[in-house]
Amino acid sequence: MKIIKKAQAGTFESSDILILVEPVSGNSGRKIEIDSTVMKEYGESIKELINSCLDSFHIQNIHLIAKDKGALKPTIQARIETALKRASQQ
Amino acid sequence: MKNTIGREIPEKIDGIGKVDLFIGAWEKLKKGWMDEITIPPPNKAKMPHQCKSCMDLEKAIALTNPKNGMTVSFHHHLRNGDNILVKTIDILAKMGIKDITLASSSLNQSHDPLLKYLKDGTITKIWTSGLRGVLGKAVSNGLLEYPVVIHSHGGRVRAIHTGKIQVDLVIIAASAADEEGNATGSHGKSAFGSLGYAMIDAQYAKQVIVVTDNMVDFPCIPISISQNFVDYVVKVDSIGDASRIATGTTRITKSPLDLRIAKLAADVIEHSGFFTPGFSFQVGAGGASLAVAKFIREKMTRQGLKGSFLLGGVTSYIVDMLEEGLFRTVFDVQSFDAAVSSSILNNKNHIEIPASLYANPFNCGCLTNKLDVVVLGALEIDTDFNVNVITGSDGTIRGASGGHSDTASGANLTVVVCPSFRGRVAIVKKKIHTIVTPGETIDVLVTERGICVNPARPELEEKLIKAGLNIKKIEDLQKEVESIVGVEKEIEFTDKIVGVVEYRDGTIIDVIRQVKN
Repeated sequence: MKIIKKAQAGTFESSDILILVEPVSGNSGRKIEIDSTVMKEYGESIKELINSCLDSFHIQNIHLIAKDKGALKPTIQARIETALKRASQQ
Repeated sequence: MKNTIGREIPEKIDGIGKVDLFIGAWEKLKKGWMDEITIPPPNKAKMPHQCKSCMDLEKAIALTNPKNGMTVSFHHHLRNGDNILVKTIDILAKMGIKDITLASSSLNQSHDPLLKYLKDGTITKIWTSGLRGVLGKAVSNGLLEYPVVIHSHGGRVRAIHTGKIQVDLVIIAASAADEEGNATGSHGKSAFGSLGYAMIDAQYAKQVIVVTDNMVDFPCIPISISQNFVDYVVKVDSIGDASRIATGTTRITKSPLDLRIAKLAADVIEHSGFFTPGFSFQVGAGGASLAVAKFIREKMTRQGLKGSFLLGGVTSYIVDMLEEGLFRTVFDVQSFDAAVSSSILNNKNHIEIPASLYANPFNCGCLTNKLDVVVLGALEIDTDFNVNVITGSDGTIRGASGGHSDTASGANLTVVVCPSFRGRVAIVKKKIHTIVTPGETIDVLVTERGICVNPARPELEEKLIKAGLNIKKIEDLQKEVESIVGVEKEIEFTDKIVGVVEYRDGTIIDVIRQVKN
């Protein structure tokens, strides 16, 4: 999958997560920023989940911002997938 | 050292001294007398017709000869509208007083401005039922040298009787008072209801100042605080933000999750064996807890069942049940909404009670001991039914002990209502950050995913199963929740103790450590 434009998915509501993605130039890798109401408890697990989602879509270069308000795993996965698909379409 | 519920507590704690470990909810009380002595209240005198009125709060405070290291106490009935507590500390700080022990019956967001006085050494020790907002965060991060002591409402009275808290000065805010210091919270523009928590301070404090924004002709009736305890009376423009004191009526939640839990809890109560004519009842003011009252009210009306008394923190919803004749009496130690004030004033069956009668464990029978059913909330609950109502999921202080452990220990049936998880945070857990209320005093946990009965109450479990309720083992519920939210990373703490949680009998049930950042 190729990220060609900015896109987002999700909301700021409690139990949801807002995912913003945008392309980066060349091979600058993944830049991931996470802000979460449960950062101490789940910050690392959210990061792992984001990376595994990006792996599954074969995305190595991206800027991704996650603003989490306590979303469950399936919610996070769904929001990432939607954001990526939106960002890869003309 | 470990206490009987397995919490690791040092033998000695700086600022506290030698620790008296929790040994069980009723162990200390069951012999029927207490070894702790009661300290005498002060002896004072006034000349006939001597004037107690002071021009302003500064003058009154100056007359009490404030000194470094003094203990100043307050009551928290003004809710988030209180501006007397902060104003008093402002004055003391301006006079250069340091090292104050703050002993408010509780603290809330309106007290956030105190932060600067914790930083500059004006306030160095705190006794309170609750701590929230910026103060809770700052204390959790280790701002104070000595730990905050968290007490229950009943435990506070016991601590004053036994001299653990020795109040030098109490400031009692009242919505009406007369020139002799007779005072009440039941009328006036800033009416807030019961003055229950302040009554013990009035009796025991070396100096008592009544502050009011509504000076009435002598005598001020009803006499919630009585003139024979009062040294000085001050008239101020405002005791607080009336819009925050007078929060109107408390509404029943519309959250489908809370309503679902509340309905299940009402079913539990109905089939528990304690839903009988003459039963007594207490609910909290929070979401699911108060909503239980709605379903109990419907069941009582349908079945024509009448109860004896309602207790506690009182909301207008509770007053409605009194006025409908569902219960004969309301005992009110704290009014949660302003609509309650007029009921205290006008309804002879709505009785304002002191905190000692409400919940003090060291007397011949507080009202919590007479409770049949209480419904309580929880921030966290573990698989031994121990409950945390003081620290949040991130380990910082953001709640209040309140009457939680008092009512749980007294009631025949203690029901905890809470969602099994909030956001992504598990409420039902293997291990909780802090224990305020021991599991042996909790009988049933009601969540949206099932009802768990304390294994110590097999007869109750049998009744609820017979009624067709969805009963689960608490261990199974905990695993189910973990499979949904995932395993959270354990919060890291330093060795520094920032809070000590007293059980109602004065033993230490748990400590709160500094959050590692």
